[in-house]
Amino acid sequence: MHTLVAHSAILIIAIPLLAAFLTPLISRVSKKARDILVIATLVFVEFLVIILAKDIYLNGIHIYTLGASSPSLTIPEHYMVPVRIILEVDAMSIFMGIISATVSLAATIYSISFMKEETGGDRFYTLLLLLVVGMLGLEFTGDMFNMFVFLEILSISGAALAAFRTRFADALEGGFKYIVISAVGALVILFAIGIFYSQYNLLNIAALAQAMQYTMLDKIALALLAMAFTMKLAGVPMHMWAPDTYSVAPAGTTPMIYIASQACLYGLFRTCFTLYGVTLNTATIGWIVIIIGVLSMFVGVTMAVHQSDVKRLMAYHAISQSGYMLLGVGVGLAVLGNPEALASYGREAMSGGIFHIINNALYKGLLFLTAEALFFRLGTRDLNKMGGMCRNMKYTSIFFIIGALAISGIPPFNGFTSKLMIYESVYRFNPILSVIAMLVSIITLASFTKAFQAAFTGPALPQYKDVKEVPKPMLIGMGILTIIIIFFSLFPGLIVNSIVNPATDALINQATYINAVMGGL
Amino acid sequence: MTGTIFNIPFLAVAALVGIALYIIISQRNLIKLVMGITILESGVNLFLITLGYRAAGIAPIYTNAPEGVMVLPVPQALTLTSIVIGVATTALMLSMIMLTYRHTGDIDSEKSRRMKG
Repeated sequence: MHTLVAHSAILIIAIPLLAAFLTPLISRVSKKARDILVIATLVFVEFLVIILAKDIYLNGIHIYTLGASSPSLTIPEHYMVPVRIILEVDAMSIFMGIISATVSLAATIYSISFMKEETGGDRFYTLLLLLVVGMLGLEFTGDMFNMFVFLEILSISGAALAAFRTRFADALEGGFKYIVISAVGALVILFAIGIFYSQYNLLNIAALAQAMQYTMLDKIALALLAMAFTMKLAGVPMHMWAPDTYSVAPAGTTPMIYIASQACLYGLFRTCFTLYGVTLNTATIGWIVIIIGVLSMFVGVTMAVHQSDVKRLMAYHAISQSGYMLLGVGVGLAVLGNPEALASYGREAMSGGIFHIINNALYKGLLFLTAEALFFRLGTRDLNKMGGMCRNMKYTSIFFIIGALAISGIPPFNGFTSKLMIYESVYRFNPILSVIAMLVSIITLASFTKAFQAAFTGPALPQYKDVKEVPKPMLIGMGILTIIIIFFSLFPGLIVNSIVNPATDALINQATYINAVMGGL
Repeated sequence: MTGTIFNIPFLAVAALVGIALYIIISQRNLIKLVMGITILESGVNLFLITLGYRAAGIAPIYTNAPEGVMVLPVPQALTLTSIVIGVATTALMLSMIMLTYRHTGDIDSEKSRRMKG
């Protein structure tokens, strides 16, 4: 058990990577064995993430040096700087890891029955596992170049998954937009990495953060990194790809591509807080993040209101919800250099934003899955052609109601808790921002009322008389997320204290992250 | 770094990246868009390689190495990785364009975008 914890960081990345290329081989023997292998892999990853999380909350940052005689030997003898690839998992990384592992597991269980009716299942599962590798690697790595590599793994597999149903022209379009955005974004990040290397001869995040001079070149690199990550997380004004990509991705992959974008959100936070930290002019950068957040919130929700395609509607809400996270964490960033304001409301705003990431991943994932369930049974995503589905699909409609109430911030659901934290603390920073956030929440409720009314209520339509409830694996996938949402709704205090606040502190305390690798040199 | 001759590669990097960004923003033909991304990739790779160059340096191979300055090996490793990833990305993009062409009979981005937000 002790050995397992010590090596868990690399195992979490290596096991799905190995399984990804085993799946096509296993499926030659039996399709069922392949499905079991994929699920077993993700269950094991989830287990490893949980034991690693427990270790991190007890003993602090977990370091894993690849190729060293001991995992904690970050700086080889006779060297002054870390030269090996290092995985550095702190409370924020593992927080994102928990989200990725949990949502991927639910989404993959959901996908199984879907894939029975599609061809090319082997490739689907290979790409799915590679997407998991990309997300977890991006979250766990302590090395800039590694971050680029995992970002590319995530992008290529995500784009291939989005375009998986090649018989639809719009699927190809969604996939193509995603890969173009990702390719440009990743190259911009590589350019920024080149700028860092030219100045400091370093690639390790902790070592770079320690050496950071905040010269003109560093400012350019910050702008490039921030732009690339904002592009990848679909922040307004670079959100154009998101509705096209999210609406066409098959089965359970939409929530996964969505949380892959959240992993890029993590990349943005890691860059701002850990790589630059207080050396940068936090008030200005914080305000830029806040403005992108408010724009995303508002533009996302106003575009969502008039959509008639159920998945496009949800995709625009996804953009809008990312705005809350950017707003909450942006307020924290803006007051990072001011300990008094940070203690009185900045930290709570950040906790609210970070708590919103996990809440949103859960209910947004659930809503994407219910939308895909409608498409699975009805063959259309057009809300105007649906109606009366609560008679045929009882469980799906219950899941939809829970997800819709949670996203609209209706008490007692978990969306309410995190939004309340954001409202309260942002109000003390700037009341207008808080008012906009509440307004957006109300429009969200209106939009989801419309979607629910169109799809699930109304008279039974004759052409859908024989529509049945979706198969069991799909219900299990949605059920897992629903149970976690209800648990989070009942015990918000427990969640905030045990996993959210450590993540916030991990972002604020740059020195802890640096010392874990540099050993206080 | 002596003399201005070593700045020429950096000028080339700036030119390549500038041309690539212009192509990516302005072109509607999807094949040309992919070309733009490939040029951007070349520009970034050239940037990495140039960073590692030392005046009159030799290849960083230790076996039977002659005396003298070696160029930095790390940027070369980074570039190699980046080239491999770039091939995968380009292949995926081109195959998507091929399939789009089969559906729509066109590779103009304005015409293939039938669904608008």
